[in-house]
Amino acid sequence: MSIRFDKLGVAIAAITCYGAFVAPFATFRANRIVAGEPRSIIEALPQPLGLVLLAILVAAGLVALFKTPLGARLGGSVVALASLALLIGLAGSHLTPEGNTFARISPASGFWFLIFSFTLLLADVLTRLELSPVGRVVVLVAAAVAIWLLLASGQWDSLSILKEYANRADSFWNEAKRHVQLALGSLVAATIVGLPLGILCHRVEVLRDGVLNVLNIIQTIPSIALFGIMIAPLGWVAANIPGASALGIRGIGAAPAFVALFLYSLLPVVANTVVGLAGVPRAANDAARGMGMTGWQRLTNVEFPLAFPVILTGIRIVLVQNIGLATIAALIGGGGFGVFVFQGVGQTAMDLVLLGAVPTVALAFAAAIILDAVVEYLATRKSAEVALA
Amino acid sequence: MIEIEHVTKRYGETTVVDDVSMVIEPRTVTVIVGTSGSGKTTLLRMINRLVEPTSGTIKLDGTDNRSVPGHELRRSIGYAIQGNGLFPHRTVAQNIATVPALLGWDTGRINGRVDELLSLLQLDPAAFGPRYPHELSGGQQQRVGVARALAAEPNVLLMDEPFGALDPIIRTKAQEDLLAIQKRFGTTIILVTHDMEEAVHLGDRIAVMDAGRLIQYATPAEILARPANDFVETLIGASDRPFKLLSLGTVGAAVEPGQALGEGIRAEASQRDALAELLWSGRAAMPVTAKDGSALGRVTVEGLLKRAARPQ
Repeated sequence: MSIRFDKLGVAIAAITCYGAFVAPFATFRANRIVAGEPRSIIEALPQPLGLVLLAILVAAGLVALFKTPLGARLGGSVVALASLALLIGLAGSHLTPEGNTFARISPASGFWFLIFSFTLLLADVLTRLELSPVGRVVVLVAAAVAIWLLLASGQWDSLSILKEYANRADSFWNEAKRHVQLALGSLVAATIVGLPLGILCHRVEVLRDGVLNVLNIIQTIPSIALFGIMIAPLGWVAANIPGASALGIRGIGAAPAFVALFLYSLLPVVANTVVGLAGVPRAANDAARGMGMTGWQRLTNVEFPLAFPVILTGIRIVLVQNIGLATIAALIGGGGFGVFVFQGVGQTAMDLVLLGAVPTVALAFAAAIILDAVVEYLATRKSAEVALA
Repeated sequence: MIEIEHVTKRYGETTVVDDVSMVIEPRTVTVIVGTSGSGKTTLLRMINRLVEPTSGTIKLDGTDNRSVPGHELRRSIGYAIQGNGLFPHRTVAQNIATVPALLGWDTGRINGRVDELLSLLQLDPAAFGPRYPHELSGGQQQRVGVARALAAEPNVLLMDEPFGALDPIIRTKAQEDLLAIQKRFGTTIILVTHDMEEAVHLGDRIAVMDAGRLIQYATPAEILARPANDFVETLIGASDRPFKLLSLGTVGAAVEPGQALGEGIRAEASQRDALAELLWSGRAAMPVTAKDGSALGRVTVEGLLKRAARPQ
């Protein structure tokens, strides 16, 4: 039997090689804003753990490189990721001098390369396993529980990002709450407005092009410009409409951020509603009318159920987009994870930037997986309607 | 009885249906034939008010069809279309139950009716009821479409090219089934098609339409014998006029006294089939038998040829 290479595995092995032997594993800094000094795996970890980690990485890299059974690839990626996650915490406590509270240890490029390469391997394995929608959500929950356990165990407490967190634990959860409120709230508002608007556009052809074009133009306005545009009208509303400022409406802050996210969300919701309704088989619609359904019955019993998977795809786009976009709310004092990102940029404290960025990415990633699973779950039940139409 | 009185439909400058008047007798099959764009589908859709006429009235059993709201009118009239229009997200049973559910029948009555119709159309209720339309063949889907149209026991059934998407063998079977159902329930059927063969086969009366006008409205024999103009003649197809005429009569009506050798033919078969069988087997005559197998006489090529000639 000849030895055969796995195509993706070659790339994974190359990245692993670079991450393990060339790039630094951790960065040591005397305090949170000075430039750091690189530390390799051997330097960063107490022996023999450094050598053990290297051995695990080499073994997992080889599993990835050659054509190996899926089970081995799954095991290799999970073991490599788990070892990296556990040992980076250990590097933190190992590199921090006794009693020094100013020193900062953070994962360096080598660590991130290794995480990337084995996540790629894991993602590839999971794709090839063709997990059911429910299976994918289970994997997501398992990963979330594992990360939560690591956080709760204090294993990572000596890492710089968690030291930044420890200093801001209260405001972190406040901003997290605000971030989710902005992203979900604007999505809910966009759905409440966008669904009827989409249905209207579907029924009234004259409206369709006009509405979609206006929404398209809104979508192209840069967020910072949109904030600028809204300062004057919202400021006027706050000053002249009784009760508006009591509701938190003012020229800057959460209100304009909410409005901006809402406006950006409208296009995907409206466009997908229109496309979804247009995709309802003509014959089914005609039969529904011919059998005596009223306009409303036709909408709720036939058109909407058939268009729902497409509409849900639009909502998924909006949710992921909003979780990312909500970061910019901090620019105008709207709160959210962006607060840490912009503070960090201002203080050149990368760890603080990460404290804002990592939860945002994790949230968007989780939202995408969950909604994709829901969309696929609904679509598998209806895949045949395409064949029928 | 359906009375269509001076019905006209215009879209802007275009007249789609032009001053059509006709009376459709109850418990008959009326076929509206025409080329595409002849206005036949529009005329059909004005009966259940999917399309509102520009002028003229349509009366169902003496009542103007505008005396009740459109959706209520449509619930009382069966409607089946080409490509059947089944709801892909609902099971066969749920599809059939659509109109009864809209009418608020109780569950027991709905289930009973669904099972009855599925059995009538030779689909096992237990096996087919829970399936989704995409799991059925084209012919089965078409039958479910007919079952759905008949679910609320309508007196009138409108069908728009219901067999258009079926292959010839399944189509013949579906046509036979439809005639059997019509006999059983006594439903008044109005069917639209572009196929004169189908019209002659199914219709008690045929309405030929061209460019929005009703050109001729008569029995199939009358249309074959005396087409109103060149258009109707073209639609019939000059080359097989005699065979279409023969297909209208049964062998029983052409029986002559006497005997013949060889395999016989049943009295209820069509004269066209008898002639084809005689020509193909190279015989001049063959015996005719009744349902119980008793001999009735014989049918001859000569006799059939006389019947195939243009009626005077």
